[in-house]
Amino acid sequence: MIPLVNKDSTTGHIRIEHLGVRFGRNSSAVEAVSDVSMEVMPGEFVSVIGPSGCGKSTLLNVVAGFVQPSVGTATVDGKNTDKPGADRGMVFQQYSLFPWLTVRKNVEFGLKQQGMDGSHRQQAARTLLGLAGLLAFENHYPEQLSGGMKQRVGIVRALATSPQVLLMDEPFGALDAQTRVVMQQILTNMWQRFRISVLFITHDIDESIFLSDRVYVMTSRPGLIKAEITIPLPRPRTPDMASTPEYLAIKHHLRKLISEESLKAMGGELKDGGLGGFTIEVGPHGVTELI
Amino acid sequence: MHTAPKLDFSAPDGAVLETPRLTLALSAEAKADATPGHQRRPTSDASQATPAQLAPAMPALLPVQRIAAWLRGALPGVLMTALSLGLFIAFWYFATKYRWDIYIRFTNIPSPGDVLANAANLVHSDKFYHNMWVSLRRILLGFGIATGLGVTFGLLIGQYRFARGLLLPIFEVLRPIPAIAWVPMAIMLWPSNETSIVFITFLGSFFPILLNTIHGVNSVDAVLVRAGRCLGANELALLRQVILPAALPHIFAGLTIGMGVAWVSLIAAEMISGQFGIGYFTWEAYSLIQYADIAIGMIVIGMLGLACSGGIRLLGNLLMPWLPAHANRGRA
Ligand SMILES: Nc1ncnc2c1ncn2[C@@H]1O[C@H](COP(=O)(O)OP(=O)(O)O)[C@@H](O)[C@H]1O
Ligand SMILES: [Mg+2]
Repeated sequence: MIPLVNKDSTTGHIRIEHLGVRFGRNSSAVEAVSDVSMEVMPGEFVSVIGPSGCGKSTLLNVVAGFVQPSVGTATVDGKNTDKPGADRGMVFQQYSLFPWLTVRKNVEFGLKQQGMDGSHRQQAARTLLGLAGLLAFENHYPEQLSGGMKQRVGIVRALATSPQVLLMDEPFGALDAQTRVVMQQILTNMWQRFRISVLFITHDIDESIFLSDRVYVMTSRPGLIKAEITIPLPRPRTPDMASTPEYLAIKHHLRKLISEESLKAMGGELKDGGLGGFTIEVGPHGVTELI
Repeated sequence: MHTAPKLDFSAPDGAVLETPRLTLALSAEAKADATPGHQRRPTSDASQATPAQLAPAMPALLPVQRIAAWLRGALPGVLMTALSLGLFIAFWYFATKYRWDIYIRFTNIPSPGDVLANAANLVHSDKFYHNMWVSLRRILLGFGIATGLGVTFGLLIGQYRFARGLLLPIFEVLRPIPAIAWVPMAIMLWPSNETSIVFITFLGSFFPILLNTIHGVNSVDAVLVRAGRCLGANELALLRQVILPAALPHIFAGLTIGMGVAWVSLIAAEMISGQFGIGYFTWEAYSLIQYADIAIGMIVIGMLGLACSGGIRLLGNLLMPWLPAHANRGRA
């Protein structure tokens, strides 16, 4: 039998220090991420939230090993993340299942790369698919699945190789609201079962509160960390919690931080159009607030 | 990973066939899913959904009703086809019967009856079957080698800058030269007549296969390659298990075109320099004033070509079961 939880609780430590990423050279260079420092402790669920275009994907791609930092470092368990590898599972914003493989073969893909033989692969994939409620679809092709199912297979596929960390880039962004809630619940279950560290990118405030131990708020370009917020809500979390005063206070706080950023991101456009003397004031280094 | 290359191949044949993009299909799917309340697929995504629920809602029909419906739909088509072919044969019959000579001349053209009578004789001729077999063997060899090399080089050129820089200029220079133009050179290059004909056949199909493979590799969705890398695939595994299958629809478009060009090149080569082969048979019939055999040769060439394209399509359907059946019903 394949051990489904073989990650010990001391691995999966993501450390990002003074990370900066700029695309392009000289005058046309775009500074996507600027002086970001953050950390995901082993087994922790951490979200990054911010307006679109603020560099969230870039940040994640550095940890995944697809983008090289211009300055600073990103490490997982002390190892530089200079190229992608199976120790960091990734779930993408777009559906990224291999269309030519059945659901089960998609899940087996990573195990095959590790040289696991066919029958063990199949057994492991079926166990995982069973956990995600997808066993009935093991022989379906991705095209035959709904969006939510595709993303669930994507999560299962990323977990199959027992990675140290799971990197997720707005994985539920394309799903409708109800499906998204179900997916969040499933993800929480999987996360607790695998005790894996998760770095989760989102622009949905409720999603970040519901899922995370901690939330980082990023500013619009160049992306820096504006605030770090601990979510003290007990687990297991239920959708009912969304009406508790505690939850609402966090949500209010996050929304304020983010709407400042969204307005600032549009500031250039608004300045000339004139909102009747409406101004937004943001300190030189943003507002750093901790709950 | 790589930007779409500008291939500067301007000659008309071996054009790159557009095949349905998987990426497009996927993003369309994503949009469909974001639409609230669409009914075709399970939106709630609860784990109780069963495969049966995924089947599109279709009213249950009795088999008899289905056959009747099919007949209703198909019959006019069958009738029109019969009428169309009947018209063609009638024209042929009358043109040859009255030996029309109106700028184009039917004076020496065999009639449908002559052709049928000669065909009845040829059915018993071992020589005729041998000619067919020789042509088929040349196609299998030439086209097979072209497939192997075209796909391999296409994958390398599409994926690796170095291979592109090193190999593409050679192919760009050779590519505009039609395979038939190679005949004299091929006869000098290769030790036997047979190998030079196979070489001509190879050349004809190589470029469409190569170009379509390159195009296929370049249109692979980058997120699939990233997913492959994240799952621990090394370069070779990535090439074989991600890029090759992702490019397969384009590759098969190339194979379909390549098969057509292979036959064109083969028949011409056989007529020019051949011994044996169905092209040689057809040309020989002309020299020997066996005019009915010319038509038989032509018909057999057409049928063999059709069978080969059908074989490719069948293979494509077998190798790409994930595609909806209509997607790779090629534009052969
Ligand atoms: N490969 C790239 N080359 C140039 N610019 C890029 C590249 N990737 C991202 N960017 C730019 O960096 C900024 C941040 O992008 P991204 O990380 O995708 O933001 P987010 O995921 O928060 O929406 C954007 O302005 C984007 O245009
Ligand atoms: Mg993004």
